[in-house]
Amino acid sequence: MTDLALPSDLGCPSRLAPPSRDEESGDLSAFVQKGAGEQSLLLSIRGAKCGGCLVKIEHALLALPGVTSARLNLSTSKLKVSWRGQLSTAKITSTLTELGYGVSAFCEDRTERSAKQEERSLLIAMGVAGFAVANIMLLSVSVWGGYGEMGEGTRTSLHALSGLIALPVLLFSGRHFFKSAWSVLKNGHANMDVPISLALGLAFSVSVWETANGGAHAYFDASVMLLFFLLIGRFLDARLRRMAHAAAHDLAALQNRSVTRINASGIAEAVRSADIKEGDQIVLAAGERAAVDIKITRGTSSIDESIVSGESEPRSAHPGDVLYAGSVNLTQQMQGSAMGASSDSLLADISDMLNAGEQKRARYRKIADKAVSLYIPFVHSAAALTLIGWLLSGASVRDAVLVAVATLIITCPCALALAAPVAQVVASGRLLRNGVYLRSGDALERLAETDHIVFDKTGTLTLGEPVLVSETSNELHEAAKLARASRHPLSRALVLAAGPGQIAQDVTEYPGLGLEAHIDGLRVRLGSADWVGVGAADASPGLALWFQIGEGAPVQFRFEDQVRPEAACVLGNLQASGYALEMLSGDRAKAAQHVAATLSISDWRAGVSPQDKTARLEALQQQGKRTLMVGDGLNDAGALSQAHASLAPGGAIDVSQSASDAVYSGGLDSIPVILAVAKRARLVMRQNFALAAGYNLIAVPIAVTGNVTPLIAAIAMSTSSLIVTLNALRINLKEV
Amino acid sequence: MEIIIYLIPIAVFLGIASLGAFVWSVNSGQYEDLDGAAFRILGDDDKPISDVRKSSPQSR
Repeated sequence: MTDLALPSDLGCPSRLAPPSRDEESGDLSAFVQKGAGEQSLLLSIRGAKCGGCLVKIEHALLALPGVTSARLNLSTSKLKVSWRGQLSTAKITSTLTELGYGVSAFCEDRTERSAKQEERSLLIAMGVAGFAVANIMLLSVSVWGGYGEMGEGTRTSLHALSGLIALPVLLFSGRHFFKSAWSVLKNGHANMDVPISLALGLAFSVSVWETANGGAHAYFDASVMLLFFLLIGRFLDARLRRMAHAAAHDLAALQNRSVTRINASGIAEAVRSADIKEGDQIVLAAGERAAVDIKITRGTSSIDESIVSGESEPRSAHPGDVLYAGSVNLTQQMQGSAMGASSDSLLADISDMLNAGEQKRARYRKIADKAVSLYIPFVHSAAALTLIGWLLSGASVRDAVLVAVATLIITCPCALALAAPVAQVVASGRLLRNGVYLRSGDALERLAETDHIVFDKTGTLTLGEPVLVSETSNELHEAAKLARASRHPLSRALVLAAGPGQIAQDVTEYPGLGLEAHIDGLRVRLGSADWVGVGAADASPGLALWFQIGEGAPVQFRFEDQVRPEAACVLGNLQASGYALEMLSGDRAKAAQHVAATLSISDWRAGVSPQDKTARLEALQQQGKRTLMVGDGLNDAGALSQAHASLAPGGAIDVSQSASDAVYSGGLDSIPVILAVAKRARLVMRQNFALAAGYNLIAVPIAVTGNVTPLIAAIAMSTSSLIVTLNALRINLKEV
Repeated sequence: MEIIIYLIPIAVFLGIASLGAFVWSVNSGQYEDLDGAAFRILGDDDKPISDVRKSSPQSR
């Protein structure tokens, strides 16, 4: 969507995200951290998606006086700025907003920090295991290469060296598995880590015993290789999960706004929104988004509640009205008293809905969990039976134990651990190339299972902003001269249609009524029907602005929130594929009916509150439907979290993006692509589990009959992991 | 073949040195943002930042 009202070099140069509208982020000086001679600020940036954004932002900040470092993390959109000396935070935020990006303060919460720590420690453990695999393999290949020719002394010393490398590595890298297995065994249960720890421990002990007795086979290489592949799977899983965590966290970022409060001595000060208590006197500037629910005590203005209610038309607010957290104050400064702490606001209610939804998601039984629950008893019984069988058939204890340990090693789940993570990583990369940001790996399975799609109206099925639909005329350019002075959505739409031009002098905005100026001695008015003196009978319903020069005939400009051009085609295809479609809107019935009729959606509801949306989705789920929710506003966040799977468009508010399973840019065309890739990924995951099972069917007989040597174990493990990974890469092959 | 008595320790030592470098790189946060690091080296240092309010809108 081209935006003529703003110069086109604002925002992302690659147009991967729309430029941010000028929104006051408030005085962020409350968030500055002071270090040794240096001050730093952590910011959350909106709209930075490509390398061009990174270069633009960093260079612009480094040009400010005193800035020592400015580093943007493109994956998480977090910016860290450090500086010496006197630099106001206002200068930093204004530099960023002038470039076209949204700014808010960022506070890393405890869960995010611990998730980052866990991922780092897994990566280091994986690196250490990799080091061990490489160096022990160096020694093992020598032993295998010298089969029949190598002297026993040399072989034993090489085994001993392998053991020396393996011991610290197993203790360090394997501690994740040992700790988890121990904590689960204490409670009398078993998880996947139990056979893994058993295999690692037994393999190591048996190998030490063999080395001490000068035996031919030592399984040090197999045990560290097992550890390495398992850690790869764990690391990929943790990385994908960390990206998904952000729902409650981004909501907190919204609440991390700075709020202007009038303290006891009557002075306005900037405080964190988390510090606001009930009854505090708040000043809400023009353009500022409310961080807490406010009861207005002074001032009149127009407010934009679209992200809260989906209502596309702004309403006027007077003293005595309630302004909900998340609404934007459009025209004039207002004062009000806080109705509660930010934790009591509508935002907090939505946050609770999000958390409830996240917990439900966490209990979802993935394919991987089902596979694991079948696997554990199989592995243990196979190893135990092998041991018993060999002892009964008269073998020595040493031979029987060796064969049982070999069985345990070879049945150990490298392929199983990699089956799901590799498919998820490949699918998410595939989706990224189509402009879709997948927020969690297990979302793919849930997306593939859906059969009932629920759409939000404003911003999802429609463009989200009013567009001028009446004929352009000379009056348009005259009206635009007034409209350029206002932030009202209809004025912005008028300016968009008119193009660049002048602004009239001395334009006064009367909230709820319109704009007035004097051009060439004549009084010019742009606003509602009442403002220009048009009676209710002539005024047509829907979004409209009236324009009058002097005492001339008023001219009407009609606006419409237009349906997205690709919507009809996409929805038709989805219906043909067998999905049931539904629309839930917080907007008026008339607007909703028009959209539903255009898109042939028979099941629709209007005037739906955020709680009602969540309730409707719960009702559908109780009917057994697997719902897919597509929405963009704050009023959709609860529903997005509640649904079986959910999607949000790229223009959605941050919270809704975090509550959804995937964020798509580039229109509704992405939805069929997402569903197709999700189905393919689910198919590949099932195939991978089948391959892992097949590998075991081949490997177990070989092990039980005593033919598994360390060489065979190494080959088997690498081959199974390789096959599973290659199969996952097939997700990239077919054109969607 | 006695040479392997000090070749193997050298090999292992080199491995440990590279492992140390890897651990340092993880702890200094170099794996946090792989996309950003890739783009940062492509940044053009010699072009001045355009003043967005003065420049005229360019068509894309």
